[in-house]
Amino acid sequence: MTVNMTKGQKISLSKADGGTLTAVRMGLGWQAAPRRGLFGSRTREIDLDASAVLFADNQPVDVVFFRHLTSDDGSVRHTGDNLVGGAGQGGDDESIIVDLQRVPVHVDQIVFTVNSFTGQTFAEVQNAFCRLVDETNGQELARYTLTGGGPYTAQIMAKVQRGTGGWSMTAIGTPANGRTFQDLIPAILPAL
Amino acid sequence: MTAELVRGQNHPLPGNRLEIRVSAGTPVVAAVTLGDEQGRVAGQAGADRQSGPAPGREWLAHPGAPQLPGVEVPKQAAAEHRLAVDLGAMPEPVHRVHVLLALPAGRTGAPANFGAAPAPHLAVTTPDGAAIAGYTVTGLGAETALLAIELYRRHGAWKVRAVGQGYDGGLPALLLDQGVPEAREVAGEIHEAVVREQSRSVDAPLASTAPAATSPSAGLAPPAVATPPAGSASGTDAAPDAPSAPPGRVDYRHPRRRAATGAAPATPPTPSAPPSPQSAAAPPVPVAGDAGGWTMEERLHNQIWGMFEDLARTVAAYRSAEDFAQSRYDQEMDALLADPRTRGGPAAEVARDEAMLKQVALVDQARAVLDRDLAQLTAESEVVEPALPPAFAGWENPTWHAYEVPEQPPLAVRLGGLTLPEAPELRIPLLVRLPLARGLWVDSEEDRGAAMDVAVAIAVRLLACHPVGGLVMHALDPAGSAATVLAPLYSGGALALPPPAAGAAGVNEVLARLTERVDLVHMAIRGGAADSLPPGFDRAEQLLIVNEFPFGFDDRAVNQIRYLADEGPAAGVHLLLVADRDDASAYGPVLDPLWRSLLRLTPLPSDHLADPWVGHAWTYEPALVPPGSQIVAQVLRRLAAARPAYGM
Repeated sequence: MTVNMTKGQKISLSKADGGTLTAVRMGLGWQAAPRRGLFGSRTREIDLDASAVLFADNQPVDVVFFRHLTSDDGSVRHTGDNLVGGAGQGGDDESIIVDLQRVPVHVDQIVFTVNSFTGQTFAEVQNAFCRLVDETNGQELARYTLTGGGPYTAQIMAKVQRGTGGWSMTAIGTPANGRTFQDLIPAILPAL
Repeated sequence: MTAELVRGQNHPLPGNRLEIRVSAGTPVVAAVTLGDEQGRVAGQAGADRQSGPAPGREWLAHPGAPQLPGVEVPKQAAAEHRLAVDLGAMPEPVHRVHVLLALPAGRTGAPANFGAAPAPHLAVTTPDGAAIAGYTVTGLGAETALLAIELYRRHGAWKVRAVGQGYDGGLPALLLDQGVPEAREVAGEIHEAVVREQSRSVDAPLASTAPAATSPSAGLAPPAVATPPAGSASGTDAAPDAPSAPPGRVDYRHPRRRAATGAAPATPPTPSAPPSPQSAAAPPVPVAGDAGGWTMEERLHNQIWGMFEDLARTVAAYRSAEDFAQSRYDQEMDALLADPRTRGGPAAEVARDEAMLKQVALVDQARAVLDRDLAQLTAESEVVEPALPPAFAGWENPTWHAYEVPEQPPLAVRLGGLTLPEAPELRIPLLVRLPLARGLWVDSEEDRGAAMDVAVAIAVRLLACHPVGGLVMHALDPAGSAATVLAPLYSGGALALPPPAAGAAGVNEVLARLTERVDLVHMAIRGGAADSLPPGFDRAEQLLIVNEFPFGFDDRAVNQIRYLADEGPAAGVHLLLVADRDDASAYGPVLDPLWRSLLRLTPLPSDHLADPWVGHAWTYEPALVPPGSQIVAQVLRRLAAARPAYGM
């Protein structure tokens, strides 16, 4: 069963049968909105990038993005940059896989962000979504839709955080502006 | 003499009176079917038997109808069974006696299938307990019933055969396959009989076996005994000692890997009881070659690189957690000291202790995770190392004693081992792909003699890893200082080429030949005429060992070496330099690119190699021949002996 999350909603990642998740995947999918006008059939390519920032006590300690595809400890892996989106037609265009068991003990939050690298705002993107999948069985845990996005170029999507009873996920959904995750750090900090 | 059978193997039986001992570690139902010559259970004799049961059923002994002529089975499910069999009392048409095992359905706490239960073991013994043959049924998965062994009559003599055929469909499928009519009903009857017997039973077998089924050591301890056989394992003896195992049971498990193998069958969770987090997190038992690839060699190569990456990353996780703990502690202390109100007094003491505790707790946590990962990698290394082919193995590995000249060069060769200070015992082989993409430089700064030993060990390894005539070796030793170390290479005829002349003349002659060769190959490749090299051109890879570079080298020769380092690998000419960088300092920075382009190896352990993922400094140790070992001479003899077969 998948949960359509709304901003600020928090769900626990422990499984119904009492077990805990061992690996989750953050999938990002999008399509460029068709432009109207003289060359209306020509869609401009939009490059969205998914990134994950690892925090320990509110300090960023590692980051996974298209230039650094695997965190140093190997727990967070980006499956590779997609420059155009829409290839999967509703499937994930970029994925970040988190092996929750391998996340170093001091990392207590992992924040997922989406940036528009080519600079278009989310108003020009259609069918964009971000979802969290249980990587062990492919089940979708939560989905967060970006469509209806406004004039901003980045969004802080969600975070998974370590609690006493295991990991939980919070939808953040804060809009921001920036080309890569570096520009977003000030916007992320209030969400921690 | 006990024979431990493998699946399909048979073994003669010495007499007609036998006992079959089943130990399954979890309650199982035992049943026996008798078959005729074709193996069918429904014999013709069945139709005119006296009492009621349908044809075929009277050749089936099960808990609901436990007695047949010559055999009797227990009425209840138990972890241990003893079936008495008298083959002499079998009716004439009976040619086969099948022993069936099934998991009782619908019991809480019991394994859902044989894959989740310890492997059942059967022993065929004489009535006084002397073992004849044993068989452990392994490789089971989703099966809930199985045909374990059969006793069969061949030319008037009885034999036992290990069958181990499991059935996903449980007893009904098994009985149907045996030709029992109304298999489903019969299976239902068996089930009912077992449930009836269980409720009547005083020493509830479930209670005594349940802990064994859930504890991680289920596969180790002798199974809890419902009906203790006299003189064998007693129920109180829980220590996994080999002597306490039932007679005839040979324990093939590695004594130090017991915990891992024992945990594996207990791992799959039963639907009713959530597994303890420990058993759910129990890592799989490592297996050599557990990686992608077309050949075992490629799989081992990939597995070693996987271990290399995992070790790099797991240590990175530990170091980053440790650094973070320290920096947080420092920050907290700074904050305490910066404020005059918190700088002194008992409150400051408490705050300081708290900060310290936080730091220690985090480091301890990180250390526990690191230890868990290191234990797993160590276990993997212990199974991978003995499985390595010579090219990947250290000189101390016995596989070198069985060395044969290969038909093909291997994927990679081992140049040494890599360790990290966090795990000095866990040595990852440093494998370098063949053909070498860059030259090698053995640094002779600290120990000249040892450096040349390392170079010769590498040269012999490269030579041994190529087919006969696949690698030609040139050695430049203008001062002759390494003549004794190089001597074994030239003795015995493993190397075709004579040692070059000493001094600058020899250097120039060899370098000119190799430079010309590289020129020629490059010209041919660029011209698209790689197949029209002049007749008599030696297509073998060339390895040039240079001792004490740049001694005996003039400017022209130094430039030629630089050219060979840059252009040689693509044309099959490889460098193995033994040099001290300081000796070459007279040439100024001109040679810096040369040093950088070579893979630096050291005769003594040194931490100068970085991994490609995290960039840790790894301690490199060369692959050295153990002192006193004759292995290099032996390998060179084999090489020399193989030459005539190739007309060389």
